[in-house]
Amino acid sequence: MKNNLSEKIIIYGILLLWTFICLFPIYWTATTSFKTAASVTQGLLIPWIDFEPSWKGWRNLGFSPDTLFVESNPREEFLARFFNTAFISASASALAVILGSFAAYGLSRFNYKFGFMRNPDISFFFLSQLILPPVVLALPVLVLYRELDLLDTHIGMILIYTLTVLPIVIWIMRDQFNAVPIELEEAALVDGASVWMSFFKIVLPIVLPGIASAFILCLILCWNEYFLAALITSTDAKTMPVMVASQISSQSIKWWNMAAISAALCLPLIIVAIFLERYIVKGMAAGAIKG
Amino acid sequence: MSEIKYIERDPLYVVAPSTVSQTTKRAGKIIVWSSFLLMFVIAIIQTLHSNERISFGFSNWRPVLYAYILWAVAIGYSRVLIYGERGKRNLFVFPAVMFIISIVIFPLLFGLYISFTDWNLSSIDGRKFNGLDNFYQMISDPYYWNALKNMIYYVLAVLVEFTIAFLLAILLNSQIRGRKFFRIAFLIPLMLSPVAVSWMVGKSMLEQRFGPVASFARWLGWDTPTFFSNPVIAKLTMMCMDAWTFIPLMIIMLLAGLQALPKEVLEAAKVDGANKWTLFKNIIFPIMLPVSLTTLVIRIIFKLKLADIIIIVTAGGPGGATDSVTSFIVREYRDRSNVGYGTLLSFVYLIFIVILMTILIRFVNRWLQRAS
Repeated sequence: MKNNLSEKIIIYGILLLWTFICLFPIYWTATTSFKTAASVTQGLLIPWIDFEPSWKGWRNLGFSPDTLFVESNPREEFLARFFNTAFISASASALAVILGSFAAYGLSRFNYKFGFMRNPDISFFFLSQLILPPVVLALPVLVLYRELDLLDTHIGMILIYTLTVLPIVIWIMRDQFNAVPIELEEAALVDGASVWMSFFKIVLPIVLPGIASAFILCLILCWNEYFLAALITSTDAKTMPVMVASQISSQSIKWWNMAAISAALCLPLIIVAIFLERYIVKGMAAGAIKG
Repeated sequence: MSEIKYIERDPLYVVAPSTVSQTTKRAGKIIVWSSFLLMFVIAIIQTLHSNERISFGFSNWRPVLYAYILWAVAIGYSRVLIYGERGKRNLFVFPAVMFIISIVIFPLLFGLYISFTDWNLSSIDGRKFNGLDNFYQMISDPYYWNALKNMIYYVLAVLVEFTIAFLLAILLNSQIRGRKFFRIAFLIPLMLSPVAVSWMVGKSMLEQRFGPVASFARWLGWDTPTFFSNPVIAKLTMMCMDAWTFIPLMIIMLLAGLQALPKEVLEAAKVDGANKWTLFKNIIFPIMLPVSLTTLVIRIIFKLKLADIIIIVTAGGPGGATDSVTSFIVREYRDRSNVGYGTLLSFVYLIFIVILMTILIRFVNRWLQRAS
């Protein structure tokens, strides 16, 4: 019994320690956004006890109580970036999910032959895109986009983001479709439905949770993407990570500002993590089990 | 013979009339070729226009793109016209294949060409072919090899991350209260943008005067906690930050494997009196081997793309100690505008990655076959 108790203490001790490691940076970011210059440089930790919270960081963004209903340029700027990020990542994820689901369904149901490529080769062709580091594509795409006038446009960003997440969608959805019994569709086909009709009417509703997982995973990856966005966007389609990375002023870093804007960047996904954790875990687990 | 038959028959077998009339077939071919012709003509006009041979034309290559999309759609539609029911099945895979070919294969071919040219954005000459000069320059570039060597260290760090993730996954899978809370808390680092992490963790929390981690280190007895001036410590710090972001991914994948373990086997082993360590060594670990290897491969793939936090936090310093290949190439592009050379470096990196991943995946497959 005693042995059991000490074991419990160790288990909960490790779990709580890791929870602390995971959550402390978020606490630090949130509190720093309410600090003044003096309390930042003293490294004070606890609001109201160590330091008196101030709205300084959020005021510079136009989100403090006194500036919320006043016209504010930084807020306009921030909201524009926010909607850019949301629009680009949602569209790219949707496009990737559509293209990827079709491809995964085809690969799980039919045998193809494109030249020398058969199904395993086609699957490998899709998944191998995951290995491709963005830096290899970066410059050729930049030159191509300049010729096509796609630099700093939403559509250009959506296309390149779709590419980066497409293999992940195909990987998750292939297992989802394999888990659906083929007999269901065969019955529908015997009743006279076409292949596409049975896909939309019968298979799609069954795999909807899987599609949701794939979509959310893509959304997370696109939302946080920095490297390609820094390269392709400059003003119109600039996303939030690029905006955060370019917040350096010439003399010293305004930490309260930086913290506020970082918190705003991370908050949507933290909310997603809390409420949609089930789907995120499901998507990643799908990849792990089947391999 | 049975092999061939297996290939011919689809898992989902569709009995459908597949006779297509000659006129429909011909219509399909006409659509493809006419749209191709349209694209071809527009491309010719644009080429001549951009070479200033003719005065009329478009201000950019966008119209060629539209014609290309039209052509791609026409190919897709013609599949149905020419092959009937088979063509409809092709339409499932066709868009994705076409999409990847358009955005990956063409730029890659173009990049291959750039990598054999001397193209510096700051010089006015434009690009000119210079054969293997970039390659010779690469061989004698100590910083590139240093970056590759760093990547080996970064990849090896995955093993440590894996051990931590495995331990935490086992703890999460044991009889505990509040599992959902822990799972969400453990997941959160993965949700955070690398840019925000770089600033708030890398630059703020590790700041040597006021950062809480530095204060903690000072409290532990380290007088001058500087995380980015000593090469070894800087590298370890970057490894820790990257591990912090990606351990959640490994925990979740391993946890999924642990939850799929056959309960009967574990119960039987417990009845036989196996203690925790033998249970882990002889049963859990071998059964988990496929999931573990998948997790490792995925993690290594993400590790090989490591760049964002390095670019923002250290920019490769001190003296290239924390450079990853990507961050090094980015500096080559951004600071020296050395586009041709940088592109060659990225292609050589790609070749290394492809070789590494091929060996790794083959090795994993062989290991799994021997284990089963």
